[in-house]
Amino acid sequence: MDSPIEQFVFDFNKETAEIIADDRDELKLRLGQFAGPLDLLLYLIRQEQANIFDIPIAKITDEYLKYIRLMKRLDIAVAADFLVMAATLIEIKSKMLLPREPSEETDETIEDPRKELVDQLLEYEKFKSAAQMLYEKSTIEQAVFRRGRIETDDSNAEINATVFDLLTVFQKILLRHKEQVKMEIEREEVSLAEMIDRLRQRLSSESELNLFTFFGEMRSRRELVTAFIAVLEVVRTQDLRLIQKQTFAEIYLRRI
Amino acid sequence: MSESITAETNDVTETETTVRQVRSAADIMAAAEALVFVSDEPISAKTIAEIIGEDKDTVLAALEELKKEYEERQGGLQLREIAGGWQIATRTELHEDVRKYLKTRPSAKLSLAALETLAVIAYKQPVTVPEILEIRGVQSASAIRTLLEKRLIVTKGHKETVGRPMQYGTSKEFLIQFGLKDLSDLPSIEDFEDLINQ
Repeated sequence: MDSPIEQFVFDFNKETAEIIADDRDELKLRLGQFAGPLDLLLYLIRQEQANIFDIPIAKITDEYLKYIRLMKRLDIAVAADFLVMAATLIEIKSKMLLPREPSEETDETIEDPRKELVDQLLEYEKFKSAAQMLYEKSTIEQAVFRRGRIETDDSNAEINATVFDLLTVFQKILLRHKEQVKMEIEREEVSLAEMIDRLRQRLSSESELNLFTFFGEMRSRRELVTAFIAVLEVVRTQDLRLIQKQTFAEIYLRRI
Repeated sequence: MSESITAETNDVTETETTVRQVRSAADIMAAAEALVFVSDEPISAKTIAEIIGEDKDTVLAALEELKKEYEERQGGLQLREIAGGWQIATRTELHEDVRKYLKTRPSAKLSLAALETLAVIAYKQPVTVPEILEIRGVQSASAIRTLLEKRLIVTKGHKETVGRPMQYGTSKEFLIQFGLKDLSDLPSIEDFEDLINQ
């Protein structure tokens, strides 16, 4: 009966809560970590060396309830699902105790009150074993290695844009501005500090900012120049980067 | 000196000029091998076929042949099918030496609850949370969260029943982390029937 290899042997009759309570970790190890009430039930059935197709429901229910009580005494949180199962077991046990009434129809077979539970246990058992299989597969897989990544232009999704790329964008915008006929109206000039603020605000709502679009929003050459300096300043002093998604593509300002 | 005209018709196939280069079986094997080597992700025979301009079945045969060569050679590498593609990787036997060099440690394992949940999802996909509850007998919310974070499972739409519950299925990452060719590479769930009581 005693199997010394089995680490989960636990005699409910001998052990008491007080002794074990000294070392919670040891208790966990000895009682085993159960993944749920079905897991616990399977363990108890195995411990009783019972036949899963003819579960001694009274005994198993008692053992199960003892376990739940122990957990409660040790102040281990008992998941609701364990309690639902306790109720189910008690219900089955009481059904088994009731005398079976002779059926009206002669051919009707009265369903064993344990049947649903047994079916559920058998189904669960399959997935428990499947989980073990997955564990083994992942262990093997961890022993297999591929070579590291090779840098390519495509895999290097972003190339850090240089200031010269930025100047190119700037030039394009300047040209565009030249073509547009603008009325020179006296207006409040945007200061560098204000421009930097504007940049930061835009970046707080969007994770990246298309600089071509941003520069395009500037209403005068002076604003444009201020914007350009603001971008340089912000890249220099803050955690922002200039990114190009492809060589010669649009430049974005992005938080690191 | 009369020329033989009939000889010309026999030579037609040999002198026929083709637009694409004709590769020998060995060439195809070599090209496939090079592509599998440089590919970051497992690469499919179809993709290789498209790139080198050969037909898919020829490439597939070449890959199978190449796989045998790797096995016979008993070297440090294996050629294998995983997650719908082909991949060159180190053989498991050498993992200790490789680990020493790479200075990596085995990554954190999934909990029993997460593995069970993953097993249910893998075999029953697409599956809803209540369906998982029915099999496992426990709420699996935190396990599902973990699996989503590790990108092992993904959502697969809603089930068209009352409440339109979310459905889950496994991802490509799942195939890669568990060394599976595709979902049919999983042993049949019936194989696990009542192992404990035998």
